[in-house]
Amino acid sequence: MADQEFHHTNADVDVHAMGEMHEHPTWKQYKWVALILTLITALEVFIYYTSFKDSPLFAPVLLVMSAVKFAIVVMFYMHLKYDHKLFRALFTGPLIIAMSTLAALLFVFGKFSGR
Amino acid sequence: MATAVASHAHPPTSTGLDHRKIAIWAFIGSECMLFASLISTYLIYKGRSVVGPFPHEACNPPVCATHLNPILNIPVTSFSTFVLLMSSLAMVLALAAVENKGKPGYSGILGSSKFWLFATIVMGATFLGCQAYEFTSFVHEGLTIRTNLFGSSFFTLTGFHGAHVTAGVLWLCTLLAIDFKRGLGPKDTLIVDICALYWHFVDVVWIAIFTLVYLIK
Repeated sequence: MADQEFHHTNADVDVHAMGEMHEHPTWKQYKWVALILTLITALEVFIYYTSFKDSPLFAPVLLVMSAVKFAIVVMFYMHLKYDHKLFRALFTGPLIIAMSTLAALLFVFGKFSGR
Repeated sequence: MATAVASHAHPPTSTGLDHRKIAIWAFIGSECMLFASLISTYLIYKGRSVVGPFPHEACNPPVCATHLNPILNIPVTSFSTFVLLMSSLAMVLALAAVENKGKPGYSGILGSSKFWLFATIVMGATFLGCQAYEFTSFVHEGLTIRTNLFGSSFFTLTGFHGAHVTAGVLWLCTLLAIDFKRGLGPKDTLIVDICALYWHFVDVVWIAIFTLVYLIK
């Protein structure tokens, strides 16, 4: 009896919901993701060495490219695109708080006013 | 006979999700806030150093005793960024190898979790080597954690990240040791997945640091 009380087989557990057998990208997708990340990084470094560095668009363009890389890694390598929504909430919630705090601090210290 | 039988499946939880995976995501969420505070400190202090060396600008007398070049070494950091990105690829392939061990299509190198874990460790160690080289050259050029606001915030931010990479490399070494001792298989997917999540998080933090600290003036 005690054996049965403590023994759980796979049939007892929703392994998909446990996050153990969720769908993952294929090798080909991983390869493309790595290629895209490499190309974006190469482009970031390339524009750093061009006259575009002095353009007012330089920082926004780099921030967008960085955000794309961030999102790609989180969605495909961390499997957040395929995982349970609770995991998504546990990551995006604190991330939004962190980004908002960062932006608020930069405003408070005048980083957006050119001081 | 009351003997509890160990099983690889976990007891059903109130959420239906494994507690360890919830814990690592909650931990990663808290780490987001830690690194956001370190990055915001760096950005707030950026451009407010009274003495050089400076990250992107040369420092000339009388501000500095002698002429000092911009201190950040973009080629070396670009290389270490690339290495860290590729380590994330090796990590997902290690996870796929563990998860699909013995399945058709996962033979040879593609199905070798030992190879991919070792590759991830080597790339993580290479990143740390680049960081050690960078820190050493900065100190030789006169920038320490006490020199100016840039030095304090830069070494704190990148030092914390380096400490996280070091912890990740040690974690990967334990997984590789387990793999050599008894072999990692589909039943171990979760423990490798948790380590992989941590490793990818360290990677995404560096993506932000590389842009905000090294590339944007």
